[in-house]
Amino acid sequence: MQADHKPLVSINHLSKRFGKVCAVDDISLTIQPNEVVALLGENGAGKTTTIGSLLGQLKADSGEVIVFGHPAGHWAAKQQMGVMLQSAALPDNVKVIEQLRLFASYYPNSLSLEDALEKALLTDLQQRKVQTLSGGQKQRLLFAMAIIGNPRLVILDEPTVGLDATARREFWRCIRALAARGASVLLTTHYLEEADALSDRIIVLSKGRIVAQGVPEQIKAELGGKRLRFRSNTSHEVVQKLLPDTKVHSRGDYIEVYSTAPQTHLMALFDADVTTLDLTVSGISLEDAFLHLTQSAVSPNSAVNNQEISS
Amino acid sequence: MITSQPLSLSKRWQILQLETQTELLKTLRSPGFVIPSLAFPLMFYVFFGLLFNAMAGQPGQAAKYLMATYAVFGAIGPALFSFGADVATDKDKGILSLKQVSPMPIGSYFAARIITAMLFALVIILSLFALGAAFGSVTMTRTQWISTLITVLFGTLPFCAIGLYIGLSVSAKAAPAVVNLIYLPMAFLSGLWVPIQLFPSTLEMAANIFPAYHLAQLALAIQGNSLGAPWYLHAGVLVVYTLVFLSLCVNRFNAIDNRH
Repeated sequence: MQADHKPLVSINHLSKRFGKVCAVDDISLTIQPNEVVALLGENGAGKTTTIGSLLGQLKADSGEVIVFGHPAGHWAAKQQMGVMLQSAALPDNVKVIEQLRLFASYYPNSLSLEDALEKALLTDLQQRKVQTLSGGQKQRLLFAMAIIGNPRLVILDEPTVGLDATARREFWRCIRALAARGASVLLTTHYLEEADALSDRIIVLSKGRIVAQGVPEQIKAELGGKRLRFRSNTSHEVVQKLLPDTKVHSRGDYIEVYSTAPQTHLMALFDADVTTLDLTVSGISLEDAFLHLTQSAVSPNSAVNNQEISS
Repeated sequence: MITSQPLSLSKRWQILQLETQTELLKTLRSPGFVIPSLAFPLMFYVFFGLLFNAMAGQPGQAAKYLMATYAVFGAIGPALFSFGADVATDKDKGILSLKQVSPMPIGSYFAARIITAMLFALVIILSLFALGAAFGSVTMTRTQWISTLITVLFGTLPFCAIGLYIGLSVSAKAAPAVVNLIYLPMAFLSGLWVPIQLFPSTLEMAANIFPAYHLAQLALAIQGNSLGAPWYLHAGVLVVYTLVFLSLCVNRFNAIDNRH
């Protein structure tokens, strides 16, 4: 089908300010059919502002957001999307099945209730009132409400915040099943493990800007290198001076060096007679990659302001 | 995979039905709301309308007068609370945001609330009618009964608008208190509990600012017990109240976001 080659969503040079604070600064991204995209960033990075603009909740200051060929917030776009909002809760005194039936009525070609319940692992809970559900079960009901319209794109804003490990794994199963069915998913998270486990493509946001994007491996490669970790009686400032082209952190007793050329850098340390007790050299995790990327994007004067906006 | 298509009329009707049904079920499952909102107007009417009526020795007169004013009192309560307290909760919980980003026509959400509030008002008004006729010797023509019912039912609309403004403006925690702070003093000062004629003339004049006063006067005019101002003045004030609060709501509504 011809439509399958067009992106479902294209955001071009989107900027949004709240007062003096620039929540989103010149972001461009696309979402293709059948791909899972993770927007990864800390609180205040601009994830929810991006989602809000995509849903038509927020008016962009500049740039354009096109969703299924329509401007954001258009009814025809809404019919093809399912949404889980970050802060959305459920009304009390409503049964799972009733809530789902209500949302099913909003869409022209909704899934059957049984199908949606099964996909959200809620079949046994359909007669329960919402207030008796656990946190994970509530999230899965919100998920069921997001997929009930048989959407081509599902937007999940921090879907697993506050869930324990088991509940999170269950939720991941639901998302994977959804992606396997061919729907596109846009997921925001500040769990790196989650972005890594679920997505085809990660977009890293920091302070309203895209600082990196690619498949999880690419992001690691972009940072490219190893982590050297050791204890020393030399301070990390001195180590940083010795190794100007690396990033040096002090973590408790340990000094950590992110190095693209570990061999050369270790030689330099040994030559300078720096003691390196408990030395380990390891590949960097996505978490390290993420920290490194976002920390290097922070300019000192923008850091304070951005604390105030929620993501 | 789906493509988009405009909602058909039957689809819109189905959404409205389900919204209303869900809203009613939710309300009926919270007896803490249902029982007081039904019991208070009836109880007050029994005390002030029926017991005093029996003592005064003028069968039917006070019972008839107060039946109209307690009908107003009983009917505007659910309107203020359904919109004030419940919309505030939906707004704070993000339920309203979720509906806004879904393809549902948001009008259905408000229409369902109006219907729910009116159904409650209907039950209260009919119960008051039954009490008045059975124990208060209230006699009116059939047209008067029906006109009273319809006037008070549709007279709840400005209170839905006021409630909505409160619901969109204050937090879920504050909303019930704010609603009560407006509802109860307004009910008293509008002459819903005791006839306005018993008030000092300054208070009687001041009652003109309250929409509940104007609705009560409309209901009383049907039985020939109003203070005498023409009905269209009262109706006009109620329409103005509705429009002013609805336009205030539009701004509030557009300012809702889901970032807490």
